[in-house]
Amino acid sequence: MGGVMATLSLEARRRFSQRGRQIFFSDSRKGSDGRCRQTDSSDSDFELEAVRHQPEGLDQLQALTKFTKKELQSLYRGFKNECPSGLVNEETFKLIYAQFFPQGDATMYAHFLFNAFDMDQSGAIRFEDFVVGLSILLRGTVHEKLNWAFNLYDINKDGYITKEEMLAIMKSIYDMMGRYTHPILREDAPIEHVEKFFQKMDRNRDGVVTIEEFLETCQKDENIMSSMQLFENVI
Amino acid sequence: MAAGVAAWLPLARAAAVGWLPLAQQPLPPPPPLPPGHGPNPRPTAGPERLVLNVSGRRFETWRATLERYPDTLLGGAERDFFYDEEAGEIFLDRDPEVFRYVLNFYRTGHLHCPRHECIQAYDEELSFYGLAPELVGDCCLEDYRDRKKENLERLAEDEEAEGLAEAASQPPSAASPPPSARQRLWRAFENPHASTTALVFYYVTGFFIAVSVVANVVETIPCRVSSGFSSSSSFSSAAVAQAVPCGDRYPLAFFCMDTACVLIFTGEYLLRLFAAPSRCRFARSVMSVIDVVAILPYYISLAVPDNEDLSGAFVTLRVFRVFRIFKFSRHSQGLRILGYTLQSCASELGFLLFSLTMAIVIFATVMFYAEKSTPGTNFTSIPAAFWYTIVTMTTLGYGDMVPSTIAGKIFGSICSLSGVLVIALPVPVIVSNFSRIYHQNQRADKRRAQQKVRLARIRLAKSGTTKAFLQYKHSNDLEELDGHPQAPGLRTCSAFELQHHHLLHCLEKTTNHEFAAERGVSPGARSGRSLSLSSSGAPSPGGSCCPRRPRHRPLRLGSTPSGSRAIAQELSTLQGLKGPAHRCLGSVRPRCLYSTQSRCLSSAFLDATVLSSPDTWDPPVLDT
Repeated sequence: MGGVMATLSLEARRRFSQRGRQIFFSDSRKGSDGRCRQTDSSDSDFELEAVRHQPEGLDQLQALTKFTKKELQSLYRGFKNECPSGLVNEETFKLIYAQFFPQGDATMYAHFLFNAFDMDQSGAIRFEDFVVGLSILLRGTVHEKLNWAFNLYDINKDGYITKEEMLAIMKSIYDMMGRYTHPILREDAPIEHVEKFFQKMDRNRDGVVTIEEFLETCQKDENIMSSMQLFENVI
Repeated sequence: MAAGVAAWLPLARAAAVGWLPLAQQPLPPPPPLPPGHGPNPRPTAGPERLVLNVSGRRFETWRATLERYPDTLLGGAERDFFYDEEAGEIFLDRDPEVFRYVLNFYRTGHLHCPRHECIQAYDEELSFYGLAPELVGDCCLEDYRDRKKENLERLAEDEEAEGLAEAASQPPSAASPPPSARQRLWRAFENPHASTTALVFYYVTGFFIAVSVVANVVETIPCRVSSGFSSSSSFSSAAVAQAVPCGDRYPLAFFCMDTACVLIFTGEYLLRLFAAPSRCRFARSVMSVIDVVAILPYYISLAVPDNEDLSGAFVTLRVFRVFRIFKFSRHSQGLRILGYTLQSCASELGFLLFSLTMAIVIFATVMFYAEKSTPGTNFTSIPAAFWYTIVTMTTLGYGDMVPSTIAGKIFGSICSLSGVLVIALPVPVIVSNFSRIYHQNQRADKRRAQQKVRLARIRLAKSGTTKAFLQYKHSNDLEELDGHPQAPGLRTCSAFELQHHHLLHCLEKTTNHEFAAERGVSPGARSGRSLSLSSSGAPSPGGSCCPRRPRHRPLRLGSTPSGSRAIAQELSTLQGLKGPAHRCLGSVRPRCLYSTQSRCLSSAFLDATVLSSPDTWDPPVLDT
């Protein structure tokens, strides 16, 4: 009896290993992790997942931004290489940005950046958003850059920067430094920095910074104005 | 240079504009760059025939062919982004093998699936060219779907297992509070290899389980009572030599052994109960039930006095002591796999049982009515015939019940033949389940080993990046202070590296803190080159601009070579490096940022470096 069983089971195993696994997967999975996989709906799920986006033409983008054709081409190639579907979602964006700051944790700052780039709050950055944002930051006027910075700090986009918002931004920047710094990063370093910022920017001492106060103060500060030209010759 | 990362450098530097209004110190000037490109004229008329240069292999096709499908990459305006004016061709930096299939789709309208390619690589190419997977032709569609589903399921399983393993064996980081005694105890129980005491405890409990089981077994062996001890004076009764079980012969010894074992088991159970993170869940788990059942009979026998009426029940209780053997399943992984297999094959086993029961009832009825008329037959009732049917269907054939009528014999033979078939059917299912779970377990072990190597690689890459940045800053400071031209070999950084360093420098100035090397400072270990650097830097302590720097420069440089060497040693002992770790996943393909630097360790390590890669494969989805 044992020999018969062995030969029978060997035969069946060879045949079953090709096809049978699929059926047994869906059956035995129910027991192990409680997730019911129905084979019909999961097929259609695969096809629905492929969403893609095509950007506007090269000419329109050239009109929208201050980049040359070659620069747009090179930007697009990099963009398309990392995100073949033409859209960057937040996870991918965080991963990409984190590579530049290996020592610290760049995810929070990347989150704020993502919200600043994603102008229509769709949850994904298209190439147009990307390139328009870059154009402002790298080729825009000082006024436009300061506007963009204000938009970044104003997390809920209500036109005012509160202390909590600024603290969140500051903490995210300090997080990028990581743990091994000199001098050692103290808990209240971001808080102190926020206080200094508000002392400088908040003219009427109402606890929030408006866009006018921000622009005014920045334009009077020589350091800030001279540093605005730092990142222009990037591409 | 890592093209993937370099292409995003403009984004990283642009994002730094967000730091500018917050900077506490003036930011450093940008590094000099090669002259930028001027604008290029657009080609006036499009050629009839387009040349597609895919990684060096040239394909040519009519423009009209490509424009058959205008909503794909090659068919519409999107291909202008890849047009190279100087060469007059469209250059695509992708896999030429898979491109054949893509181009054939435009030519014939059928999208085929290559058999020998990784299904995810193929999917990525399809999504790059804008072809939806449902365009795969009927001839290849089934194969494509099967392979894709298999891959996804396997990845999902591995993810789960990894998540569990990570959660279970996460080393405590400095940020989280140090584990309490309770947590440490639980971790020691769950993972005996964590510390020596845990290992010792593990082996001790295993030993006592074995002792207890052996004692249970031996106690029933008949021990010959030696004639000297016989209480009867008669010679004949002594010669009979009553065989009593050893348990009754040496009751004290066995009682002591039993007590010792039960004490150990009770102690272990109480400790586990104390250390368990969720006591209710622990109390309900299978292992804890087994533990309780193993020790309870002893306490019940202590509590209940040796009463005549209850002795029958008391004896039954002793049977439960054999459950102690199940405690071995904590010590043996194979046993756990077997248990898990049986659990996951519950439906197949149920089917087997049900079909057997059906067959038994049918055949028992038939045999009973066939043999009913025979005088002195064993088949006194249908339930009595059950025994015959079971013994026959499993081909045991004890022979205590045999049919004597011809009809009975005919039906008996049919019964034994059908028994073989019914039992053999669900067995391969159980076998295949067992092998799947076993392989999954082996994969989990392999994965854990790979994970260690990967983490070591990531740490190496991180320290490499930091080191490069610190040396860049150091060389910048030297230039500022000394005004001497730098020694050759130090300024071999590429434009990308220069800009990246500048970015990190700006971050330092914004936050008013500096990056420091990760490993501890070791003033003793220095490489030759760093010695020369530090000696040239030392004689300028009176530098007015950076009073803090000179003290720390030599220490920092000295520490990092030893640190990287230690990581490299760790890597080579883990022996994970055969070649670059090719991941078929995800869109982000980072490599070491500074593979050209000679200061970094051998390029073999760094070419294979994989920074944090995403573990889930899913194309970005628009979620509105």
